[in-house]
Amino acid sequence: MSQFAINIMFVGASFVLYIGIAIWARAGSTKEFYVAGGGVHPVANGMATAADWMSAASFISMAGLLASGGYFSSSFLMGWTGGYVLLAMLLAPYLRKFGKFTVPDFIGDRFYSSTARTLAVVCLIIASVTYVIGQMSGAGVAFSRFLEVSNDAGIWIAALIVFLYAVFGGMKGITYTQVAQYVVLIIAYTIPAVFIAMQLTGNPIPMFGMFGTHIDSGVPLLQKLNLVVTELGFKEYTADVDNKLNMVLFTLSLMFGTAGLPHVIIRFFTVPKVADARWSAGWALIFIALLYLTAPAVASMARLNLITTVYPDAAGKEQNYEAAMNNPIAFNDRPEWMKTWEETGLIKYEDKNNDGRIQFYNDKNADFAPTAEARGWKGSELYVNNDILVLANPEIARLPGWVIGLIAAGGIAAALSTAAGLLLAISAAISHDLIKKTINPNITEKGEMLAARISMAAAILLATWLGLNPPGFAAQTVALAFGIAAASIFPVLMMGIFSLTMNSKGAIAGMVTGLVTTIVYIFTYKGWLFIPGTNTLPDTAEFWILGISPLSFGAVGAVINFAVAFAVSGVTEKPPAEIREMVESVRFPKGAGTAIDH
Amino acid sequence: MADDNKSNANAAEYWSANLRLIFGSLIVWALVSYGFAILLRPLLAGIPVGGTDLGFWFAQQGSILSFIGIIFHYAWKMNKLDEKYGLEE
Repeated sequence: MSQFAINIMFVGASFVLYIGIAIWARAGSTKEFYVAGGGVHPVANGMATAADWMSAASFISMAGLLASGGYFSSSFLMGWTGGYVLLAMLLAPYLRKFGKFTVPDFIGDRFYSSTARTLAVVCLIIASVTYVIGQMSGAGVAFSRFLEVSNDAGIWIAALIVFLYAVFGGMKGITYTQVAQYVVLIIAYTIPAVFIAMQLTGNPIPMFGMFGTHIDSGVPLLQKLNLVVTELGFKEYTADVDNKLNMVLFTLSLMFGTAGLPHVIIRFFTVPKVADARWSAGWALIFIALLYLTAPAVASMARLNLITTVYPDAAGKEQNYEAAMNNPIAFNDRPEWMKTWEETGLIKYEDKNNDGRIQFYNDKNADFAPTAEARGWKGSELYVNNDILVLANPEIARLPGWVIGLIAAGGIAAALSTAAGLLLAISAAISHDLIKKTINPNITEKGEMLAARISMAAAILLATWLGLNPPGFAAQTVALAFGIAAASIFPVLMMGIFSLTMNSKGAIAGMVTGLVTTIVYIFTYKGWLFIPGTNTLPDTAEFWILGISPLSFGAVGAVINFAVAFAVSGVTEKPPAEIREMVESVRFPKGAGTAIDH
Repeated sequence: MADDNKSNANAAEYWSANLRLIFGSLIVWALVSYGFAILLRPLLAGIPVGGTDLGFWFAQQGSILSFIGIIFHYAWKMNKLDEKYGLEE
């Protein structure tokens, strides 16, 4: 059977599964549409949260990001997991007790203000829409690579599948498809990683193999990796960073952002009890960790593998690295997998010094230039896209065709599950917070359901359009989504729960200043509205204030938000007594069951 | 009225117990990530782990494993507090 047929089979089977679940889990009421009826088991919700959270970027790009970034990229690992600690202790249980359907719902009620509610809807939509673009284009890449359709056709297929189960199933359909999608994506991610770990270290568990011994050379894997990368002019893989402040703030921004992303928060509204919301955050992190502990292992092993593929002599025990680096493989002898991936443009070769061999090194390192010149190298000749490390893993490890089919289904599952979660958060904010709570409070249950389905369909069309015509800034948008969630949504939710005296004026002022300062700081360096060339200052470390990168500013924005909110709230009137009572009641679980029916 | 005061005092006590637990958990949370993995990494450089140092291990694995521990410990403790103060569902 051809690889194409195998891929079609795996992806097709997974689609049949998702649609079957959607038909079984149709939503019959708004409660089912928004929060899956509130009856999801905490372990199932943990799994669904993990799939909701782990996007196409986590599945396809994270290992590559870690491989190229080395130690600094650990921020992604810590940031995208540490946020769950904040969620479990500071937000999820109390918001579950509050028992409404959406995040703006809490903000609007707690701060007794439709301005605050609308502002929260705006923040939610900016954060979620920027996030969903990446999912649609990720699904497009996965489809076009594995199913041999055009990128655009891939995006349309993805949109159709999400439409089928999200519009009809709502949160209920999304929840149970996400559980299935989690299972597909974790199996797909782990199997090739286990084989690579076996081949390189003899240890079948990647997270242990990473800190184990490299079989070919007999030295620890990370030590071997440090050796070979420095011979090629790269920084040591495990090298420490100079600017610790920036790394701390970057990690903090990712953590605050993770805790403040609405599509993750609303998952905790679906469990039966407050105690379940706490457990569920723990389960979610376990399921996320299965991938996040494997990713750094894949990253280090795949990077070593790639280098020893190009420089086969550098793999062994005791050797002359100078000789090894002078003897890279000839282009014509390159392995099969490189040939297949050249067709996609994710690997490119250019014989700059016309010797028919592949020289792959860091040609941007000025200190290394003399060495490169002495070796007769005229620039690095191999371009390798970060995404290759995961996508080509099964071929690099010479695994059978069905593993490639599994990776195809896994990548698509990761993109679809996150897209569906985001689309639900967007449509619920529109139909519930804007239509029901602000514009037309007299709308019937049936009318609200219809509005929810229509806004879901509209959100899918918008996401599809943005996927087909990605704005030039697609790659930058994740920074924006996390920055906004960290600087606006996370602080206002925290203050809503932990401060009895925070009033609406303080909350609104905090949200606005947090949001505006973060957006201004990002646009100053990344270009206004991300239009290339319009940046006020160059986006390099020496121009950043205190060396704080625009990607790390979300944490600063959050601090500004807190400070402004307390300052304004301190000099204006106290919130009404019933708000105080409401805050006191969200702080303990008793009586949560009744709150949900409103 | 007396009952009300009693239940208010009870809820306030429950809340400060929760705050203490959160505070302790956040110290561990910050120590394993911002501490061991970033700011204190140079101090841990002398402790070798699989070809590199303990700080690198915390950055790539140790912090995540600790986070899982923190959440489950918090959930377990809080569920006991809920019962102790009679505030469970």
